[in-house]
Amino acid sequence: MEYTLRVGGEAGQGLQTIGGALAQVFSKIGFHVFTHQDYMSRVRGGHNFYQIRFSEKEISASRDMVDILLALDLDTIEIHRKSVRDDGFILYDSEITKKKFEEPEFIDIPFKKIALDVGKKSVMANTVATGAALGILDLGLETFRNVLRKAFEKKGDEVIQGNIACAEAGYNYARKNCPRCEAPEIREPENRRLMLIDGVNAIGMGALMSGCKFYSGYPMTPSTGILNYMASRAEEYNLVVEQVEDEISAINMAIGASFAGVRAMTGTSGGGFALMVEGLSLAGMTETPIVIAEMQRPGPATGLPTRTEQADLLFVLYAAHGEFPRVIFEPGDPKQAFYLTNRAFELAEKYQIPVFIQSDQYLGDTEWTYEKFGLENIIYNDYRLREKDLEGVEVYKRFKYSSTGISLLAVPGEAGKHLVVADSDEHDEEGHIIEDSETRIKMVQKRMLKKLPLIKKEIEPPLLYGDSSPKIVLVGRGSTYGVIKEVVDTISKDHKVAMMHFSQVYPLPERDKFDYIELLENADLTICIENTATGQFAKLMRAETGFEFSHQILRYDGRPFTIENLKEELHAYI
Amino acid sequence: MPTSEDYKGQVPAWCPGCGNFNILSTVEEALVELGIEPREVLMVSGIGQSGKLPHYTKCHTFNGLHGRTLPVATAAKLANHSLHVIAVAGDGDCYGEGGNHFLHAIRRNPNITLLVHDNQIYGLTKGQASPTTAQGTHTKIQPYGVLEEPLNPLALAISQDCSFVARGFAGDPGYLKELMKAAISHKGFSLLDILQPCVTFNKINTFRWYRDRVYKLEEEYDPYNRLKAFERSLEWGDKIPNGIFYKNERETLEEGIPTIQEKPLVRQKFSIEDVKHEIDKFY
Ligand SMILES: Cc1ncc(C[n+]2csc(CCOP(=O)(O)OP(=O)(O)O)c2C)c(N)n1
Ligand code: SF4
Repeated sequence: MEYTLRVGGEAGQGLQTIGGALAQVFSKIGFHVFTHQDYMSRVRGGHNFYQIRFSEKEISASRDMVDILLALDLDTIEIHRKSVRDDGFILYDSEITKKKFEEPEFIDIPFKKIALDVGKKSVMANTVATGAALGILDLGLETFRNVLRKAFEKKGDEVIQGNIACAEAGYNYARKNCPRCEAPEIREPENRRLMLIDGVNAIGMGALMSGCKFYSGYPMTPSTGILNYMASRAEEYNLVVEQVEDEISAINMAIGASFAGVRAMTGTSGGGFALMVEGLSLAGMTETPIVIAEMQRPGPATGLPTRTEQADLLFVLYAAHGEFPRVIFEPGDPKQAFYLTNRAFELAEKYQIPVFIQSDQYLGDTEWTYEKFGLENIIYNDYRLREKDLEGVEVYKRFKYSSTGISLLAVPGEAGKHLVVADSDEHDEEGHIIEDSETRIKMVQKRMLKKLPLIKKEIEPPLLYGDSSPKIVLVGRGSTYGVIKEVVDTISKDHKVAMMHFSQVYPLPERDKFDYIELLENADLTICIENTATGQFAKLMRAETGFEFSHQILRYDGRPFTIENLKEELHAYI
Repeated sequence: MPTSEDYKGQVPAWCPGCGNFNILSTVEEALVELGIEPREVLMVSGIGQSGKLPHYTKCHTFNGLHGRTLPVATAAKLANHSLHVIAVAGDGDCYGEGGNHFLHAIRRNPNITLLVHDNQIYGLTKGQASPTTAQGTHTKIQPYGVLEEPLNPLALAISQDCSFVARGFAGDPGYLKELMKAAISHKGFSLLDILQPCVTFNKINTFRWYRDRVYKLEEEYDPYNRLKAFERSLEWGDKIPNGIFYKNERETLEEGIPTIQEKPLVRQKFSIEDVKHEIDKFY
């Protein structure tokens, strides 16, 4: 059993409120939920939608076809009518659309009028509509009542009761006036409750639970969600969150806070990251740990501000002058985003390097459901020397040579009599400026050549899903994880097929734990799937391993792959 | 109590006779006289001849990028406000490359001290015009003479209600030290613009040129009067005033952040136990 609902309308009409509430209701009942959003870069007007797919089984992508279309304006009906399945429904309010539809799939519900009659406020039309959608599904209202109570907790009892009454009225109206939906036969999963989380919140929560204490950022879609999250938690968890004048300041602040002894992070999108590049190099030279979230959107320049793409991989990989180690993670779902953010902090601190969480609008905004995340795998090691740690140490040198390339990281002001000196110029072990070639060579070896092989050993192999000795391998990275996985599920009856997904993309994993290159070489068909026009990951694979994919499927219209569209593209090859 | 010896760092590599030497010894003496230990001080600098100053002292040091001194210094202060944070910059560094950060540091008002070595020229890159170079000055890059109006850092800072605005002269280390101590002791963002002769590249603003012109603001001058301060900050030419032009008592950035009132951020121990119920918010 599975259903897909799409709520469409103009920006400012409350799509997020309706969509978010429905997603919460389904997840609290115990269904697996997958939501995604499609919105334009404007605050009011335009056309946006919020899509919710829910199922008894685990799901990880969106479908093109929908079962229920909840139309808040006429545009939505005109644009999405063709996506409604034959036995589906379109809920609308003919007073709002100023047009009446007679076809059997249309159900005209006076959202606005009910809101005014029952709740005395037209804004409650959204609650009426949500109630109506639940009515069509015959799912009961208990959970939705609780969601409403929580959502309007601060606004007081009157608002809560008004909304509940509106929800009931919408629900009942839909049940009475829905001739075709006598028995949807949705079975509620028993005794199950799932958590619901999107990519940006998962990254923010991952940072919080890694001991991140300082976050600096300048708003830029789609990274703003992380900044919002961190700011909303600042008071509760004693964080310092600073909205800065520009991204140059954002990264330099993160570096300053980290140098002074706290875990620090910054986040941005491609254009903002372009400004951060000089600071990235500073982190490399001064060996200051930082985590940077780079949330991609289509470029170049300001591109499509609210859409999705994966085309900053090579930019982030090669950004900054000079040579220094870096790590790039590309989570495939919010759960990976959560744990990889934690891992990013661990590696950044351990090796004193910049580590990237690279993601995109699609994953940032999509909500997924899970069993509650366990915290037993969360790593927290404080690698910094504080207070008593340096007692008895005669001489402290911030950049002391060592066999691993890692030197002790002391906290200024907590290092007793010792001083901590860092420099963006080439420096000696103490951190002071030098220009001689011997020291330069040793420092490059320390910073780069000694650390690199150790860092490489920390990188996990790609995930293989599906057939264990596949003839067809669909390769993806980052946010294409979910859709490739579901496509593998649907075609695995007829083919020996597997997905190979990379979430730790740089450095590429070594081959000793899992020889993924050999597996690829043994397949008949290897297809690299990416949201880029030039196949950046395929290029990286060729450059680093010499392996060349037999085919590529690339999408670069600013939209994510959907199950139907990826399957259709695959028809050309299988 | 610290002594000047405690603050002696590397041997400076500035040109003999450079105004920077006096700034260096003045910083050290000011810190000693204020009884501040080297381990309580974090000096953050950018790039330029000025940027090297922290290396020539002994204290915690972060020598970062050209123009980026203030974001690093501000964040370090937020992470550990028990440190005395001193930002050291050049005129090109701070008013050119870092102009935007300068404006926003004034707005934020962290309790840090900004010392600008204002030699009205680019020293390290060998004599190009800086934002404070006099109009008409000829350099290799400005063959028709500088066309732009020089930037007036004091007037700019006062116009933005900067918490502390002063000017000193490297050729008068006694008075400079007084100003420096006042700047370091001031609660809030304090700007001390220091007239610093560059004996190699700036042939106009020499020690002699300044000596003939600088004078101290009168005893009865009231630094709390912003309009008067603005007026005095416009004086430049035959007579150049030195002293504390303007002061106000504003809440500092750190004071406005509730989460660090009890303890500096850096001393707040982290345990996963403290945050683990966060998961329930999504459940
Ligand atoms: C991003 C960047 N641009 C340019 C430079 C080259 N550069 C180094 S110092 C400097 C100017 C220094 O002038 P100023 O700040 O007035 O300091 P001074 O050397 O006179 O003390 C420049 C342009 C640099 N290091 N980084
Ligand atoms: S170039 Fe000028 S500023 Fe630099 S050290 Fe020489 S005299 Fe001083």
